[in-house]
Amino acid sequence: MSNGTSNNGTSKMEMRVTVSGEGDIVAARQAARQMAIALGFGSVDQSRIATAVSELVRNVVRYANGGRGEVLLHELPSTPRGVGIELVVADDGPGIADLDLALHPGYTTGPGLGMGLPGTRRLMDETTIDSSHGRGTTVTIRKWHR
Amino acid sequence: MVHVPIIRVADTLIATVQDELLDSDMLALQEDLAATLERSGVGGVLIDLSAAATVDSFLGRLLSDIATGARLMGANTVVVGIQPAVAISLVELGLDLKGVHTALNPERGLAWLLKMNDNRSGSNGRGQH
Ligand SMILES: Nc1ncnc2c1ncn2[C@@H]1O[C@H](COP(=O)(O)OP(=O)(O)OP(=O)(O)O)[C@@H](O)[C@H]1O
Ligand SMILES: [Mg+2]
Repeated sequence: MSNGTSNNGTSKMEMRVTVSGEGDIVAARQAARQMAIALGFGSVDQSRIATAVSELVRNVVRYANGGRGEVLLHELPSTPRGVGIELVVADDGPGIADLDLALHPGYTTGPGLGMGLPGTRRLMDETTIDSSHGRGTTVTIRKWHR
Repeated sequence: MVHVPIIRVADTLIATVQDELLDSDMLALQEDLAATLERSGVGGVLIDLSAAATVDSFLGRLLSDIATGARLMGANTVVVGIQPAVAISLVELGLDLKGVHTALNPERGLAWLLKMNDNRSGSNGRGQH
């Protein structure tokens, strides 16, 4: 695991968590909660964001090559929707062959309940999944508050 | 690894879950609880989640598994102290912790266990608190 916090030129908050094992599930959700608190998200949103990150990073640990990947956490530029947080969870594992199926509640190829991806979509305001067979998986999630 | 202590109070085993726990810590707790149930023969398990800021699908499923396993060993399980924000997230995630009895706090959880054990043993001397 390695964590980094930095400010880019526009002084937006940014963090990174390298994923290499189950301990990084905890590290990533703690980083997400920390940034959500710093950006003024309330306790329910903090919990939603931490839960979604926990699901996505567990998927990396479970399904990606060697359980390796990366989480990038950014503050988004302010918009009329208010303050936003974006989390990008990426791996270069086997990818997801059928995204529609993977987003179907109850669909799993592992030991889980098949709730992670559909649940993440309900917990967050925006969820984008970029994946195809053999090309890795990148899930981008966003949440806003006024 | 974080070892979750199991405390025995009268006829109940009590375990407190913290937020920083790894999946493997929780699996270890599941095994510890089963072994302690077998050794002690108590009738109740109380799991306190009031310190858990995040409950995801893994932990949710594990709680159901713990309750089912305990029931097969003749013990009732109650999960107490789920934070309001956690409850909302669990619903949105799509987990309803089916088959897991829940209570607002440890006092109510213990009262429920006591009532269940009274029913089980057919005595009615202690009643509800
Ligand atoms: N990063 C990933 N790389 C490859 N496949 C993935 C990845 N994430 C998800 N998948 C696939 O999508 C399926 C659905 O994922 P989802 O998180 O919804 O459920 P699950 O992980 O199987 O169970 P749960 O999350 O409830 O424990 C997985 O079973 C797996 O086949
Ligand atoms: Mg999953």
